[in-house]
Amino acid sequence: MKKKIWSYATVFVMIFGLLIVFPGPSSSMDEVPIIDIHAPFLRKIPIAIPAFVLAGEQEALLDAGEKGLEYFAGAVDFSGYFMVQSAHDTPGFPGLDGIVASKIDFSLWKKQGVELLASIGLVLAGDGQLEMECRLFDVVQESLVVGKRYRGPVSDYRRMFRLFASEVLFQVTGRQGLYESRLAFVSDTTGHKEIYICDYDGTGVRQITKDQSIALSPAWSSDGNWLAYTSYREGNPDLFIRHLDGGRGFHVSKPGLNVTPAWVPGAFQLAATLSFEGHQNIYLLTGQGKVIKKLTHSWDIDVSPAFSPDGKQMAFVSRRSGSPQIYVKDMESGRVQRLTYEGNYNTSPAFSPDGRHLAFVGMRRGEGINIYRMDLDGQRVVQLTQNSRDNEDPTWSPDGSLIAFTSSREGVFNLYVMTAYGTDQRRLLSMPGGQTTPRWSLKPVRFE
Amino acid sequence: MSVKSWVRFGLVLAVPCVMVLASCAGKTGGTDLAEQEMAEQLRQEEEAARLAAEEEARKAEEARIAAERLEREKAEARKKAEAKAAFLEQHVHFEFDSFALTSEAMKVLDAKVAWLRNNPEVKIIVEGHCDERGTREYNLALGDRRARSVKQYLVDSGIADARIATISYGEERPLDPAQNEAAWAKNRRAQFVIR
Repeated sequence: MKKKIWSYATVFVMIFGLLIVFPGPSSSMDEVPIIDIHAPFLRKIPIAIPAFVLAGEQEALLDAGEKGLEYFAGAVDFSGYFMVQSAHDTPGFPGLDGIVASKIDFSLWKKQGVELLASIGLVLAGDGQLEMECRLFDVVQESLVVGKRYRGPVSDYRRMFRLFASEVLFQVTGRQGLYESRLAFVSDTTGHKEIYICDYDGTGVRQITKDQSIALSPAWSSDGNWLAYTSYREGNPDLFIRHLDGGRGFHVSKPGLNVTPAWVPGAFQLAATLSFEGHQNIYLLTGQGKVIKKLTHSWDIDVSPAFSPDGKQMAFVSRRSGSPQIYVKDMESGRVQRLTYEGNYNTSPAFSPDGRHLAFVGMRRGEGINIYRMDLDGQRVVQLTQNSRDNEDPTWSPDGSLIAFTSSREGVFNLYVMTAYGTDQRRLLSMPGGQTTPRWSLKPVRFE
Repeated sequence: MSVKSWVRFGLVLAVPCVMVLASCAGKTGGTDLAEQEMAEQLRQEEEAARLAAEEEARKAEEARIAAERLEREKAEARKKAEAKAAFLEQHVHFEFDSFALTSEAMKVLDAKVAWLRNNPEVKIIVEGHCDERGTREYNLALGDRRARSVKQYLVDSGIADARIATISYGEERPLDPAQNEAAWAKNRRAQFVIR
């Protein structure tokens, strides 16, 4: 398996993390089956991930390579968009003679039934840095889809494999950001509801609050540095706006509710439901928690604001018609339009990152509580969960490929993830107690 | 001098005379005197016993009255405690996704109003709660509305606004964690807490 593949000298001088795109055939992009999130069905693309190829006798890279490949295959599989065949879980899986097209026997891979093939080569550079050369091939067209080279300390192998996984997913969905993302959620593991965060795949769980009270509704700022949430730490449901490094922050404690925060995209501002004026309306606040203005003017409940990615629209839940329904407010004109008409209970709106879909929760008689997806142009509604008790709190991954949610299908509420099509529903993580309210971080943008 | 005084004077004189007579008569007619003396002693003893009995009865009566008063006080305290317990433990219930006060709810609230009038120094918190169905965030707002509609009823019934605070716990603090209609009905409530 360890073959000399570096027919040419690797003379790239790169700072860590920098990558160079190979000059592949420019037409190759068109030949890759780009997954259309608007299509009614998802067909998983079979992809082969054979063992990595080492340049020379470099035992030092074996461990990093094996662990990295396992992580890579897991990450590609996690997306729910691929049928992964990998050396990691298929004994006797064919290997590679080299990582470049001329060394690849495409007929062998066609027989294997795959449409894509990832080739990964590792080399230890003279200065002790790890160089990773990665290619994605279209097996049917026998052509290179994309090639990337990553370089950095050997200990950073995981990050390099992650970058390539991101590239592979980008080639089929046209979007990026899943593998760099995190989720915030609520867990009562300690006996109290506290806020936690974890990586996109449910690993690396970290406790954020230690209020020993009730913490709810975490919301990510669009730069990924701040979390807003509600806590009963001081007795009342107050809003806390907290920087993730160092914990500095702000506290909003108006009489009554201070709940359901949602950050305005690209700004240090957020919307939240307050009831200090007697009615539960949505207000716009500065990141420091000062009220800028009232955004909704209802005599009944207005709650759960959610902004479109461009910030031009705000979806929210209102009881103004007598039952909770989803409305959308045009932020410029102020016009409010009702979106849901089916059923007496529709809540928890969440815009997809491309702004073309809205995930929400609906309660229908005899069907329990389920997650639905509405196409905003045409307002077609697709039911994503069924026959699985209560399903709530939908949140989109920043690339729009996945939706995380809460479900009581196995008894207590736990976190689950599915594709935007509703396929591949599975537990996101396993920890003691119940978990609710996942909120996926956004694709990071700096504040204006 | 009145007749009584004369009698008393006579007795003062007579007693020493009798004593002298008795001592003189010691050897002659002693039996009669001793009998008289014993009868007198007996009479005095009977009198003392009667007084003691009377005293005892009086004390018993006093004790009985005290006990009765204590019992009455205890009963009153118990009644008060019961009223307070009822105030704290009898909840106002709601229909699903509703904060409207049913006639049953108003009956419960009228008892709360009476208690608050009898305990004018007490300040309270009205907690709004929901069942676990529906969405957590929406239920926070629904709980707020429930607490506020209860507060409005109390204020309209003459209880000072400043005595009543409200808080919503949404679906975070169910009384009964079971997942059935009976538990949900129990959990959809406004609950009273003394500040």
